Amino acid sequence: MNKDLLSIDDLSREEMESILATARKDFLDLSRRDIKKVPTLRGRTIIDLFYEKSTRTSTSFELAGKRLSADVINVKADSSAVGKGESLKDTVLTLNAYAPDIIVIRHPHVGAPAFIARYTDAHVINAGDGKGGHPTQCLLDIFSLQREYGELQGLKVAIVGDILHSRVARSNIAGFRKMGMEVTLVAPPALLPRGVETLGARVSHTLDVLDDVDVVYLLRMQKERHGSTILVPSLREYIARYCVGRRHLKRGQKVLHPGPINRGVEIEAELADSGENLILQQVEAGLAVRMAIMYRIIVDAAALQDTAGARAVQAVAD
Amino acid sequence: MPADQVGRTIVRIAHEILEKTEELDRLALVGILTRGAYLARRLADHIGEFAGREVPVGELDISLYRDDVAARGSLTVRSKLTQPEVRGTNLPFDVDEKIVILVDDVLFTGRTIRAAIDALFDYGRPARIQLAVLVDRGHRELPIRPDFVGKNLPTSQDERINVRLREVDGVDEVVLEAVRDE
Amino acid sequence: MKAVMTRRGTRANLVVRGARVIDPAQGLDSVIDVVVEKGRITAVGKKAGKAAGLEVLDAAGCLLLPGFVDLQTHLRAPGREDEEDIASGTAAAAAGGYVAVTAMANTDPVVDTAAVLEAQLEAAEKEAAVRVTFTGSITRGLAGERLSEIWDMADAGAVAFSDDGRPVESGALLRAAFQAAQLVQRPLFLHCEDASLAAAGQMHEGTVSAALGLEGIPACAETAAVARDLEIAAYEGARVHVLHVSCAGSLAAVAAARARGAEVTCEVTPHHLVLDHQAVRSLDACTKMNPPLRSEEDRRALVAALADGGIDCIGTDHAPHAPQEKEVPFEEAPFGVIGLETAFPVLYTELVAGGDLPLEVLVRAMSTNPARVLGLTPPAVAEGAEADLCLVDISGEYAIEPERFRSRSRNTAFAGRKVKGRILLTLAGGREAFRDERFGEGGS
Repeated sequence: MNKDLLSIDDLSREEMESILATARKDFLDLSRRDIKKVPTLRGRTIIDLFYEKSTRTSTSFELAGKRLSADVINVKADSSAVGKGESLKDTVLTLNAYAPDIIVIRHPHVGAPAFIARYTDAHVINAGDGKGGHPTQCLLDIFSLQREYGELQGLKVAIVGDILHSRVARSNIAGFRKMGMEVTLVAPPALLPRGVETLGARVSHTLDVLDDVDVVYLLRMQKERHGSTILVPSLREYIARYCVGRRHLKRGQKVLHPGPINRGVEIEAELADSGENLILQQVEAGLAVRMAIMYRIIVDAAALQDTAGARAVQAVAD
Repeated sequence: MPADQVGRTIVRIAHEILEKTEELDRLALVGILTRGAYLARRLADHIGEFAGREVPVGELDISLYRDDVAARGSLTVRSKLTQPEVRGTNLPFDVDEKIVILVDDVLFTGRTIRAAIDALFDYGRPARIQLAVLVDRGHRELPIRPDFVGKNLPTSQDERINVRLREVDGVDEVVLEAVRDE
Repeated sequence: MKAVMTRRGTRANLVVRGARVIDPAQGLDSVIDVVVEKGRITAVGKKAGKAAGLEVLDAAGCLLLPGFVDLQTHLRAPGREDEEDIASGTAAAAAGGYVAVTAMANTDPVVDTAAVLEAQLEAAEKEAAVRVTFTGSITRGLAGERLSEIWDMADAGAVAFSDDGRPVESGALLRAAFQAAQLVQRPLFLHCEDASLAAAGQMHEGTVSAALGLEGIPACAETAAVARDLEIAAYEGARVHVLHVSCAGSLAAVAAARARGAEVTCEVTPHHLVLDHQAVRSLDACTKMNPPLRSEEDRRALVAALADGGIDCIGTDHAPHAPQEKEVPFEEAPFGVIGLETAFPVLYTELVAGGDLPLEVLVRAMSTNPARVLGLTPPAVAEGAEADLCLVDISGEYAIEPERFRSRSRNTAFAGRKVKGRILLTLAGGREAFRDERFGEGGS
């Protein structure tokens, strides 16, 4: 891995496979032990810097850091100096003075992780930057799909819903394609960004295309990002045309959703409660994958820097 | 050490374990990945044969417990993790109250064994942990000694012991090599 | 038309020897000498200027051009003197070869009354290194609700009226503004943008915004507004200058209005001529401006229109911002970049040296044409004319170094870019306004 994980574009397919293999081998079964902790990052400091409300992602990162035995500090925007007008640059310079090993950042603006990486020596992990990207979500989704389907080459996935406002869609289009999957986007025109077809996905405006795919990836209707603009005639009409239920699925089709779900908006309640969705597997995968990312971002960097380490490997690996 | 000698040594260690273990029903073998796991499997087969009962055997991956971060990274970088045969810890039995024999190919500084003991304790509380190694090459950096030794091979720091096993390397042998400075 | 003349510096006495002298308005393009005495051009020709007491500048290999005139400069004073003021902004202008700049009205307070304008004129009289002409705002406080003191400000010296950056939303109010400006024969300088279409957009809406996840400003936000505004202008028979056109569609709307007899001029910024939306992939806040950097096709259309007269002028939209305002994630940064000190070298290097634009067209667009839009006598290299000249070294390549800027701000989109066309000397209103430190000693 590189020093930072800012975008899914930072990773080659081989690196993605390698990180996910680490997650599978080292971290997936950890939750089944009584002692759900390994000493791997003992003494390391991880700062989770969250400028947006988040429950699942921040919980997942916090738990991942703690299960690696790191000291994890959570900084929430509403409780920090941000409210006092401090700039992001100054916040990060201040945090950097504590010499953290990793800064995990969730921010409402595109590029904030790359921005703070200029002001800290810590490894920076993007936990969602505005509508930009969400690389760890992408990795955990691929992990979940691999567990369900094995090889992903040629697998067909439809991403359905509010693609315009979705960082998850942006990362997943890139990540899924890198894994050899075929991606179709399904949304009304107003919820698709202009020019999205150049990202390498097909575009459809109806759920009819679900007949031709293996996996359905649902996105939350992000009403809070719509602001004052009216993008669909009414939510009722949107639901009638784009809400996915069991009746839309054929045998063997699985449904993923990054959460949190809006029951009755993009996903029918019955589907949300059925075994056809992998939503909770995604959450479980999220923990293992984020542990793997934090572990690898530290040890890979140490290995690259430390020639003595490389020599030690000669001694033990052969 | 040629192939037949490796085989005889393993048989001998199996006998010693059998002799020195009073409560066979609590015995379990845990091999440290990668080559220790194959040795543990072979020892378990021999002991099972001699004693007429199956001995539980597990595998321990100590990479998360190592004390040298850089070496861990190099290992993950080097060991092609995309390949499906890469294995992690697998202990198909309850570790609590077991007499666990840790098995490794070479005992050197003792740091690997320290990590293995730590890892094992995260899975439960064994009644006793003992150590079986095919080769002890000396140069200990921790107060750790083996309970069962195949062969003591005094070495210098700049030599390397290569243990090859037929399961992974196609041949059983132990070779002493001088390390070239790169 | 009233324009503030600088009183700083003594009137120049010098001979520029051996430069290639270009003045498209005079049909002049030859290697000759130019003599300036007491701030006036006294001789233009071979071996001119033997008189004693004149400094002789050996300018072989350089260009001597009529000084540039900017139609859109944000001097930030009063209100944000930390970013720029009249002294620093006009010093930057002089360093860029400009002899006159047009100050935009979006200061604090806004220039919306004759009293505010008079205070500005007075300040400029004391501080300015080059001529400063002022625009008044179209509406009070740029709020788009009621008209500013358009007539009184025209009497006080406003050269044009503009709510730059805050397009007049109401068609009826815009119509009334045209009518008011007509009485005093001043043009409106319009930033044409449909605010509801531009919404919270951060960059050009297209393939790059889709990839980055940034909200887009569609080209139609500009073209729809250009079409509407010109329709109203044509109906009223009013003069209008379209600020910073950025896309091909706006050029079509301007051409259509001209074809129907409307009195329309328009300008383009250096950054829209040289950069496109791919530059935003860096997420450098110095690639964020409004209108945004458009597609490569738009950029080519702008260059072509500049070459064929579809676009009349270059306007820098020099918009200084403090470092802390741009050292933020892209979406938090304000729009705008500075441009006075880089306009000529960047355009000369990227367009003229590259063969896309004749040099005389660039000179017209930077000097003659904008002066005409303002109603000023265009700078000319002619005997008897006041010396409004700039001397440019086009021989050596150099890197643009923001830390060397005269401007108080550093927010350029061209930091580090290798260019040719270093400004060596600027004479503005007969006085030496700028001299590059590597070009001889200071003036007499």
